[in-house]
Amino acid sequence: MTPEPPTAGARPVDPAEVLASAQGPACAVDAVLDIRNVSKCYVLEEVVVNALRGVDLEVCRGEMLAIMGPSGSGKSTLMHIVGLLDHPTTGSVSIDGQDVSGMSPNELAAVRNKRIGFVFQSFNLLARTTAQANVELPLIYAGLSASERARRARNALERVGLGNRLGHMPNQLSGGQQQRVAIARALVTEPSIVLADEPTGNLDSRSGVEVMQILQNLNDQGITVVLVTHDARVARHAQRVVHIRDGQIVLNECVEHRIIANIEVAELESDAPLADELGVLSVNTRSGA
Amino acid sequence: MNLLESFRIALRALSANKARSALTMLGVIIGVAAVILLVSIGTGVQTQVTGSIEGLGSNLLFVFPGNYTSGSGGGPGGPGASLRKPFTLDDAQSLQVRLGDSAVVVPVAQGQAAMKVGNRTWNSSISAGNEFGMEVFTATMAGGRFYNRSEVTASRRVVLLGATVSENLFPGQNPVGRTVAVDGQPFTVIGYFEPQGGSMSGDSDNAIYMPITTAQQLLGSKDISMIVVKAADANEVDLLKSRVELLLRPKFKDQFTVFTQQQTLGLLSTLLGTLTAMLAGLASISLLVGGIGIMNIMLVSVSERTREIGIRKAVGARTYDILSQFVIEAIVLSVLGGVVGIIVGAGGALALSKWVPAEVSFWSVVLAFLFSAAVGVFFGVYPAYRASRLDPIEALRYE
Repeated sequence: MTPEPPTAGARPVDPAEVLASAQGPACAVDAVLDIRNVSKCYVLEEVVVNALRGVDLEVCRGEMLAIMGPSGSGKSTLMHIVGLLDHPTTGSVSIDGQDVSGMSPNELAAVRNKRIGFVFQSFNLLARTTAQANVELPLIYAGLSASERARRARNALERVGLGNRLGHMPNQLSGGQQQRVAIARALVTEPSIVLADEPTGNLDSRSGVEVMQILQNLNDQGITVVLVTHDARVARHAQRVVHIRDGQIVLNECVEHRIIANIEVAELESDAPLADELGVLSVNTRSGA
Repeated sequence: MNLLESFRIALRALSANKARSALTMLGVIIGVAAVILLVSIGTGVQTQVTGSIEGLGSNLLFVFPGNYTSGSGGGPGGPGASLRKPFTLDDAQSLQVRLGDSAVVVPVAQGQAAMKVGNRTWNSSISAGNEFGMEVFTATMAGGRFYNRSEVTASRRVVLLGATVSENLFPGQNPVGRTVAVDGQPFTVIGYFEPQGGSMSGDSDNAIYMPITTAQQLLGSKDISMIVVKAADANEVDLLKSRVELLLRPKFKDQFTVFTQQQTLGLLSTLLGTLTAMLAGLASISLLVGGIGIMNIMLVSVSERTREIGIRKAVGARTYDILSQFVIEAIVLSVLGGVVGIIVGAGGALALSKWVPAEVSFWSVVLAFLFSAAVGVFFGVYPAYRASRLDPIEALRYE
């Protein structure tokens, strides 16, 4: 669990945020993602598990959506189905208006390559491979030339503030930097949607805030972001939160008092000298113990 | 994704585990090197033996006691062996008389002898014939003379030395006129030979040559091991063969065999060819074991990199991309091993050729290379297939 920094609750609410979220959950004019009546059953040690039970979900273009729920609620399964890594038992999934239900594994791979960017909790970078080579990976499978790959990979790494870390191996980077490499890899194909599965789960709170800042900034630039989390505070960075429990969506709400990571980062930076003076606060805010 | 990209990924993966890649390759290296080395030696021996037989000239007949042609006959050690009637000098004599000018008949006796000069001792084989011996022995005289008819008739203790014998008993000297003790009997050296390398009857350099009558006394046996008949006209070898058979049949029934040089050549070639193939077959087993080593390592590599496969699939790798990545990795391993094996095997054969006849043949190199590549494909496809079929989500969850 990531504890809340002491300043979080006291932050003034931006009226524009309230206005945006007041439009309510049923939004879509142009849906990037459309999930209809999706169920997923699997057998685990001879027990049938209903991970998802009739889920309907629409994600609008340019939206930042959080899927929230406790562990075992089915949110990761939903994420995997949305990301075309897993097949639903019943129901349909459409991306950019295209139904993917009948697609072969290779066709699905092509859709993942072109339209979806993944950010995982555990980064999932290739070991002993430079940041640039990691970011180039999806472009290799897209069939781009080496020079074009290098250009786009450098560009993507610059967007996440790692333009000076191109040749670093994952083990030479901090957790936050590794996750930023992973975000660059998700971006580099200019996908329709970026899926982030507990992107801050393995990070200290400071790095977590920085990752959320990047995701929010990308969303401001028009990229659709779906993030999965069990952390209510992380979820409040999104415009809309879908609550899932026992494989069903129980609540679909717009976020009031949306957290703006840019402000958080600025506060963390201005807090830093104070926190250094107060040892206890330092532990809470900096290391996220 | 193009093939070049697959190669770069494969090379990167292999260089990430250098020690493991090298040890895996070692299996293929040993297999390929063994195939090339053994085939080279086999081919070398074959070439040398056939060469030395061809060097005798194409007009020779070899007459052996015993029946080597029919299965029921008395081959050496066979059921007929005890019935085998040995040739005597008289048989050779009467053959010569009846064949007249159309042929030269040389009875040949063989044995072993211990020699001594001063405090130097040496063991060698004995080749004994009559005064026409030089017609059938393939040696070139370095000095002295061959024994003559009267020395044969009188069983004179005269001897000619092969190059090895000469070099060991009289190092750096001309042995002609010197005395050497052969099995305790004093012999006068009347000639010696140039070195000429091995031959079908062992090392003809490590042999001494003496009149057959002398040899019979020395060995205490009236038997002769074979009769060599040299046709005056090379075109009449077949005719001569039937005449020899006709002349010997009354006395020996079917208990003798006449080989023409062509037959001997064919027989030996077949034998040595079979031997070479057998050696190659044995060596291929180690190549097979090397291939299984590759499969084993590739399977380990696939399960070790399950997560990597998951990541690659998540970002858009198709089944074919993963399959080709792992197959190419296996091929690179085996082909690299094959190339190193060829260098080691060919280098070893060249180094050995100082002592053993060895010839690196082009086809053995090509075959070994293709075989090693095939091993890579064959043993790489299964692990690669397993890798390519992994479910992306299962692969990503794998710890």
